Amino acid sequence: MMHTGAKRSLLTAILIAIVVSLFSAHFNRYYRDVAIDVAINIILAVSLNLINGHTGQFSLGHAGFMAVGGYIAAKITLVFGVAAATWAQPFIFLGALVIGGIVAALAGLAVGVPSLRLRGDYLAIVTLGFGEIIRVIFQTSETFGAATGLVAIPKWTTLGWGFGIAAITVYVVGCLVNSTYGRGFLAVHDDEIAAGAMGINPVRYKVTAFVTGAFFAGVAGGLYAHHKTTLSPSGFDFMKSIDIVVMVILGGMGNTAGVIAAAVILTAVQEPLRALGPLRMVVFALLIIVLMMLRPQGLFSFGKKKGANA
Amino acid sequence: MSEPLLELRDVTIRFGGLTAISAFNLHIGERELVGLIGPNGAGKTTAFNLITGVYQPTDGAINFGGRTTLGQRPHHLAKRGIARTFQNIRLFGSMSVFDNVRTAVQVHRSHGIRDALVRMGGFRRGEADVEKQVMELLEIFSLHTQRDENAKSLPYGDQRRLEIVRALATKPKLLLLDEPAAGMNPTEKVELMKLIRFVQEKFGLAVLLVEHDMKVVMGICERIAVLDYGQKIGEGTPAEIQKNPKVIAAYLGQEVEHA
Repeated sequence: MMHTGAKRSLLTAILIAIVVSLFSAHFNRYYRDVAIDVAINIILAVSLNLINGHTGQFSLGHAGFMAVGGYIAAKITLVFGVAAATWAQPFIFLGALVIGGIVAALAGLAVGVPSLRLRGDYLAIVTLGFGEIIRVIFQTSETFGAATGLVAIPKWTTLGWGFGIAAITVYVVGCLVNSTYGRGFLAVHDDEIAAGAMGINPVRYKVTAFVTGAFFAGVAGGLYAHHKTTLSPSGFDFMKSIDIVVMVILGGMGNTAGVIAAAVILTAVQEPLRALGPLRMVVFALLIIVLMMLRPQGLFSFGKKKGANA
Repeated sequence: MSEPLLELRDVTIRFGGLTAISAFNLHIGERELVGLIGPNGAGKTTAFNLITGVYQPTDGAINFGGRTTLGQRPHHLAKRGIARTFQNIRLFGSMSVFDNVRTAVQVHRSHGIRDALVRMGGFRRGEADVEKQVMELLEIFSLHTQRDENAKSLPYGDQRRLEIVRALATKPKLLLLDEPAAGMNPTEKVELMKLIRFVQEKFGLAVLLVEHDMKVVMGICERIAVLDYGQKIGEGTPAEIQKNPKVIAAYLGQEVEHA
């Protein structure tokens, strides 16, 4: 069994993240910021992988859940956090992230329950529509800064927060899937009718995947807000969702290690491409097309049995 | 006779204007092996889908273990003891042989999300217990040597057997087999007949068998019901069915009524 030491690995990972974080003042600021981007993208990709990869429900709404969590968390710190004592700030930050995640999870529940009866393309379209609705809501809401968005959010996201929460995400998704209970997600992915006949409630599993995925997307949104220090609705458009989906597909649907690697590589690759200016997206798109033609099963699926993945 | 395990009373289902099954009556007692036959499109698989909760009847009543099954979804009925296999094999293709069976064991366990995440001793004991159950089943059907192989990479006959093992893992009282002999050669069919009898005796099950192959059906069923165009046109022992003029007409197309 792969995850016998799962809890120990989780604690070690969090500890390393915190220790490294203590020295982060000595790191090059640029690389540090890219590293935090990587951590946030790992959270997004691994949580989306639970929905799209393991459970096989094609969602294009991840940027929407991220926006919900980001805006809620940012609003909380802007209202309560800025004036708070230094010692209280981490607690407020944690609270803001968790509440942001919970609100995003509730949004996931609200979208998931009615729309999970749909399959494939139809679910993708509904979640896509949902993402756009969320964006438009924030764009028109004065409380959340309308089209300007929120500014002057404290820069609280450190390497420790980023990779600590990334480790928790990997742990939660990994442990959920790698258990007898969790085989149900894969069963729903493989064959819903057969899963039902074996006593698995497909709707329940799908909603669980959706809500869990949305929660972590929301937390990632909170980290993102306190990393970039500004939030604008245009940052959570359809393309953001696509970016995350690409990471999942490139990593290999349902392959956690591959998806992490894809998140790291795709985030890092974007940086040198910035020099190309507007051509960046063209090169990026070409890269993905070529990769998909050469390795349609995902970059990191090395002919191993799909069933044995983590 | 005591109360039957499964009872269908005047079950009718319509899809729009099409009556797929009309006023169908059937009862299956504990540990009984009943066959359901009929020409293509007679409604056999529809009957299966009604019993397992995939479809809800338009009219009529279905009772299992003395209680109605109406309004219950397939996963409820799996929990109550109805298991099935599929006409076109539906194994979980991305999983190993072991995991296919493991998934089905979950139905009677209380371990859920919390146990999977917290991973205390109870979780580990639970998982070990699952492994034991699965391996015992796999050993009975000598599939244990292939436990880590991908389910879809097994030979066809083994896939059929694995589907039966997976169904048995839900600890059913009633096992529905949908054309288990489809695509098998005569030797495999003989093996299958032995297997079905073995399963029924070993696990004390009632079995409802849908099958096209007359040799298989006649060979193992105690009682056979015949469907044609959604109507039951005969029921009885294999010998009675073979002589039933309506059944012969349905299969061979004789015009008994207009003769």
